[in-house]
Amino acid sequence: MGFFDRLKDGLSKTRKGFTEKIEQLITGYATIDEEFLEELEAVLLMADVGVHTTMQLIEDIRGAIKAKKINSPEELRPFLAVRIGKILNEGMVPLARATEGPTVIVVVGVNGVGKTTTIGKLGHYYHDQGNKVLLAAGDTFRAAAIDQLEIWGQRIDVDVICQSEGSDPAAVAYDAVQAAKARKADILIIDTAGRIHTKSNLMEELKKIHRVISREIPEAPHEVLLVLDATTGQNAISQAKLFKEAVNVTGVVLTKLDGTAKGGVVVAIKADLGLPVKWIGVGEGADDLRPFDPAEFAEALFSKN
Amino acid sequence: MVFEGLADKLQQTFKKLRGRGKLSETDVNEAMREVRVALLEADVNFKVAKDFIAKVKERAIGQEVLGSLSPAQHVIKIVNDELTALMGGTQSRITVSSRPPTVVMMVGLQGAGKTTTAGKLAKYLVKQNKKPLLVAADIYRPAAIKQLEVLGQQLEVPVFSLGDKESPVVIAKKAMEHAQAYARDFVIIDTAGRLHINEELMGELKAVKQAVKPHEILLVVDAMTGQDAVTVAEAFNKDLGLDGVILTKLDGDARGGAALSVKKVTGCPIKFTGQGEKLDALEPFHPDRMASRILGMGDVLSLIEKAESTIDFEKAQALEKKLRKEEFTLEDFLDQLQQVRKLGPLENILGMLPGMGDLKKLKDVQIDEKQVKRVEAIIQSMTTQERRDPSLLNGSRRKRIALGSGTKVQDVNRLLKQFDDAKKMMKRFQGMSKHKKKGGFKLPFMQ
Repeated sequence: MGFFDRLKDGLSKTRKGFTEKIEQLITGYATIDEEFLEELEAVLLMADVGVHTTMQLIEDIRGAIKAKKINSPEELRPFLAVRIGKILNEGMVPLARATEGPTVIVVVGVNGVGKTTTIGKLGHYYHDQGNKVLLAAGDTFRAAAIDQLEIWGQRIDVDVICQSEGSDPAAVAYDAVQAAKARKADILIIDTAGRIHTKSNLMEELKKIHRVISREIPEAPHEVLLVLDATTGQNAISQAKLFKEAVNVTGVVLTKLDGTAKGGVVVAIKADLGLPVKWIGVGEGADDLRPFDPAEFAEALFSKN
Repeated sequence: MVFEGLADKLQQTFKKLRGRGKLSETDVNEAMREVRVALLEADVNFKVAKDFIAKVKERAIGQEVLGSLSPAQHVIKIVNDELTALMGGTQSRITVSSRPPTVVMMVGLQGAGKTTTAGKLAKYLVKQNKKPLLVAADIYRPAAIKQLEVLGQQLEVPVFSLGDKESPVVIAKKAMEHAQAYARDFVIIDTAGRLHINEELMGELKAVKQAVKPHEILLVVDAMTGQDAVTVAEAFNKDLGLDGVILTKLDGDARGGAALSVKKVTGCPIKFTGQGEKLDALEPFHPDRMASRILGMGDVLSLIEKAESTIDFEKAQALEKKLRKEEFTLEDFLDQLQQVRKLGPLENILGMLPGMGDLKKLKDVQIDEKQVKRVEAIIQSMTTQERRDPSLLNGSRRKRIALGSGTKVQDVNRLLKQFDDAKKMMKRFQGMSKHKKKGGFKLPFMQ
């Protein structure tokens, strides 16, 4: 099964909820009237797109109707797909790589979004592409988080740099960067403890990790990835905002898209904060994380079958 | 786009209505639009919000606005009342079986916080002199068993595990035997996180349920969950029959609309809330506080209650008297500062105040703990006389104080200015407080 199929498969529930409803709407209405728009608004809101962005999209549709770009409900689907695809696509930059030396990727997020699992999968992806990968167990807080990463390391055949539980995560990051240089690793992925974004002391700790890394390699970290759980609602915006302020997040990893959650909040995050989705996770297997393709995503969301 | 307090918005909507006697349909409709947005921004499920609005509308239209309230306040009161009612009464109790052990099963999606919550629940039971046994039945997530074992060590609660090779059903059954043999009166089973649409894993949960007949099946829900909360809760309830809900990660700034959705679709009480990673951070659920949190009105009640139990009441009264006589001194300022700090980290307290959920807006409010310590040091470096009469503080005295407290003269000056401002503000507060029933104390530097 190719990735697009897997994505479609993973998103099939998403599509079921989302596109089917739009489909029903489209077949149920002969013309676009206020009632139709209200229903459409409901569909978008139910996908966690958020009030603000939903209103914006509805306004866009109104505008398009006025300008005669949309004349019937059938023309709505392509319009929406293009519009959302465009929001997600704007300012997309390829995955950053270091010009020389190791590429450092730091993974951050609140508790329970799947950071450690994401790192296992990310490591697998890069390892599969023939890179020398190193993982660093920077979550020294949660019980057994280090063990969890080590198990992943064994599973995907990649070395894991770690210290004991309770040690300073910045020290782990320092060690890891040194090790990555010494062992000539291509990719270093650093785990961090889950933290609620409103706890300023924990955010300071994250900043310290960031500082330590860029002291050793000036342009590092090359990527700071914020992991978001697709089931998360509007709070994801606040998470993205505060993490971005603290450590200059470069992209979002959207996980758990294989459930019924729609993850529509990424549209709002992109529209409001300009933060692009870079990876999506659609399952529990090591292969189920891939670079995000906005066009593909929008197409999968809106394709008919 | 950050949440503006609903209260502020409604206030604006109703500005033009001041002094009208009855709530007309147009007034209510306009207000409900804002309420709807607030609910949706708080992640209340779209349909749940719709039903709720319809109900409140019906109740509100034509109501006489109470003399003491503005129309906006009146609408908030109605909305808040309804929301509280919908969320159910307080019921932070675990059903205890007459024939021990009582079996509690924790279920939920991945990452909701089941394992941590299982640990918290164990601690909660230990505090009540119970003897819980934690059971590691999550055989899928790498190191999940280890995580529970570490928690067990920290809590000094035994953890039963058979590694990850036995099936959860076998583990649960053997755990029951173990509990009986070792006279543990509570068995808490930590299950693997799973997607509600994964039939295989749901089937496994059903089998565990069959095997051990738990007295309580608790769904652990992340407070940050969006619209999907309804689907998840429905699925778990349908397959397993839930007895209660634990809402986790409420220590962040999520407004927690999921609470309302879950309550609505399952009808189960929300029994506890998780407020942090510390193991004693399991708190009873308060529907009224949750209601105002969802509405974005801040957790005023929590603050008041917390403050009442921590702040020395007599001191507060003495302070009020002083305020009235306008004798507020730096000594009192320090005293108050120390009282407030007893409540916990300042940012927590500020977060509970209405309109302050978004700390980034508070650029002018110092919430830096270090800053507070500095203020303390400065005041403590003053003589008693100086504290009582800041006008004594000339240049050389200020220099001395700065030296004594390890700060700069500018810091001393700034503090004196702040103190002056606080004093002014308190005068204003005084005028306001006559209209309020509660609120015998005030926290000056908080607005």
